[in-house]
Amino acid sequence: MSHSCCGAVACATTGKRKIVLVGNPNVGKSIFFSSWSGIYADVSNFPGTTVEISSGKIGDDVLLDTPGVYGVSSFNDEERVARDVILGADLAVNIVDATHLERDLFLTLQLVDMGIPMVVALNFCDEAESMGIHIDARKLEDELGVPVIRTAAIKNRGLKEVFGALPLARPGLADPEVDQSITHLLDRIDTRPEALMVLEGDEVVAARHGVAPENERERIYLLRRQRANDLVAEIVARPEKSARFRDLLGRLCLHPASGLLILLGVLWGCYELIGVWVAGDIVGLTEETIMLGHWEPWIRSLVNPLIPQSTVLGQILIGEFGILTMTVTYLLGLLLPLVVGFYVALSFLEDSGYLPRLATFVDRMMTAIGLNGRAVIPVILGFGCVQLGTITTRILGSNRERSIATAILNFVIPCSAQLGVIAGMLAVVGFKLSLTYAAVIFACLAILGTVLNKVIPGKSSALLIDLPPMRLPRITNILRKTLIRSFFFMKEAYIWFIAGSLGVSLLQVTGGLKAWQKLLAPLTEGWLHLPKEAATAFVMGMVRRDFGAAGLTELALSPWQVVVSLVVITLFVPCIASLMILFKERGLKEGMAVWFGAWVLAFSVGGTLAQIVL
Amino acid sequence: MSICELRHGEHATVDAIPDENLRVQLLRFGITVGSKVLCHCKLPFGPIVLKYGGQEIALGREIARQVAIQPATV
Repeated sequence: MSHSCCGAVACATTGKRKIVLVGNPNVGKSIFFSSWSGIYADVSNFPGTTVEISSGKIGDDVLLDTPGVYGVSSFNDEERVARDVILGADLAVNIVDATHLERDLFLTLQLVDMGIPMVVALNFCDEAESMGIHIDARKLEDELGVPVIRTAAIKNRGLKEVFGALPLARPGLADPEVDQSITHLLDRIDTRPEALMVLEGDEVVAARHGVAPENERERIYLLRRQRANDLVAEIVARPEKSARFRDLLGRLCLHPASGLLILLGVLWGCYELIGVWVAGDIVGLTEETIMLGHWEPWIRSLVNPLIPQSTVLGQILIGEFGILTMTVTYLLGLLLPLVVGFYVALSFLEDSGYLPRLATFVDRMMTAIGLNGRAVIPVILGFGCVQLGTITTRILGSNRERSIATAILNFVIPCSAQLGVIAGMLAVVGFKLSLTYAAVIFACLAILGTVLNKVIPGKSSALLIDLPPMRLPRITNILRKTLIRSFFFMKEAYIWFIAGSLGVSLLQVTGGLKAWQKLLAPLTEGWLHLPKEAATAFVMGMVRRDFGAAGLTELALSPWQVVVSLVVITLFVPCIASLMILFKERGLKEGMAVWFGAWVLAFSVGGTLAQIVL
Repeated sequence: MSICELRHGEHATVDAIPDENLRVQLLRFGITVGSKVLCHCKLPFGPIVLKYGGQEIALGREIARQVAIQPATV
């Protein structure tokens, strides 16, 4: 295969058969993947976590997972990735949702038209049955011309049978009209799947073959849609009425009043889980007791005799911001429990089918700031950790939306670590002043979003989202997802923590930290009306945002000074780890614009407030 | 009339989707000209949730405006 390169994994394994898992989003592909290959991949692709392809081995063959797509084409990044993997497939396992056949069969029929040898796994059969949906799998098998096997992957049923059917995989019965058109192209394009792509007007594949794309997409799609509808009419028997509890629940999530109540309930649940239990009790144990109480004294006593803490190297290794002390404590004692807590909550919401409904519910508000409802996902994640949120902006439709969402995340959203300290300080100043703080931050969010929406050229995409049925998540699935995601998150994050603490240690050793504190002091006292020691907190805030907030707790501040300082520290620059992710995701230029912009925003808003109230 | 004008619980048949890109995207979700849809839910000034053949799909207002329908006379 010279035409396409679908990532290092696929290319490195030429000569072996490539077995590719294909399906719509959230049909359970990854359960098949983990069951067969032993390596677990992420289960659903809503937050953009499976854009990268997972691969594993089955004997001599290679098993590849693809992002969930509704069809093979080039509408977005995920489709482009999936398209190239599918075009290189020797065998496809198409997983379809038995409760969603109208939608899923479109992709199935496209694969059939491609002529790739395939097997169809009819997943969620248990659920379909409990909903009273009857599917004639034999008939479907006859009509498609490929093996169709009933499965309930989540209950581990049918996985072995599908695996056993792989040798029976064969090209299906293509639509005769499509078949004819493809045949015309085969003298110019060597493989049938690619010929179909060219026929459907895929510019990228056409360019690879040096031909012009055909303009048959709509005709073929209509034929395929008609065939899918006819198939469903023939093989699916559905009960007349489906007014069920979860149908009602799904609608309650969307209703203005009950939807708001449910949203508040969900937020409260997340706060109790992450803000109170994990950030309080668990982190108290891991950070205070284990890391600060046992790990740091132990590692210091171990290193100190060899490299005294007073030396430069000693400072870097076991000093205040040491790689073996602060970095390890933050990574394992603070970040890890918070990340695990967040992923548990996120995976639960994701598997329950609530997230797409939440996206729909808030869509109207998000359009005012140039985003559509989907952007609520990165924003929610941002409250956990701005890095997570920034990475998750990948799910948004356009570059413009990613810029807006990233800016909002890095400018105004306080992360959970910081939020804990902020909440503690606000508790002291009373309700009215707390409300002022919240109002100022919210106003900044609204103004920032509105301005960016006006300034950044282009138009944001509108919401078009499939609402999966509400499902009760399975605990094992949530835990498996949490485990794999936390692992990958920590793997990406740790290096930036080390780099960040190394940088600050160097500043401290060279005396740069003190000089910087002095430099900032006039601004602090003159403009913000805060004691000059507050400058230290801002310097700390560059390293970690909760650091900055925690630095403020040590100052003697009047209630209004507390509000001003919290506004400044909330709007202040993202922490070093987030900044690194920001550079990685959005490039150096946009990253620097956000970082310097945060200085300006934090000090101008905080200062203005100070001039009014102090 | 457009999908925006549908009220909760009303049925309709899709009449026209002029934008080609949108037409193809909806086609893959299973909605074409001639599809029968039910307005499952409508958020004030927000998206419209359609139900058809056991599936639910949410269309933002901008998109819903572009889908012309023929209301069903029940």
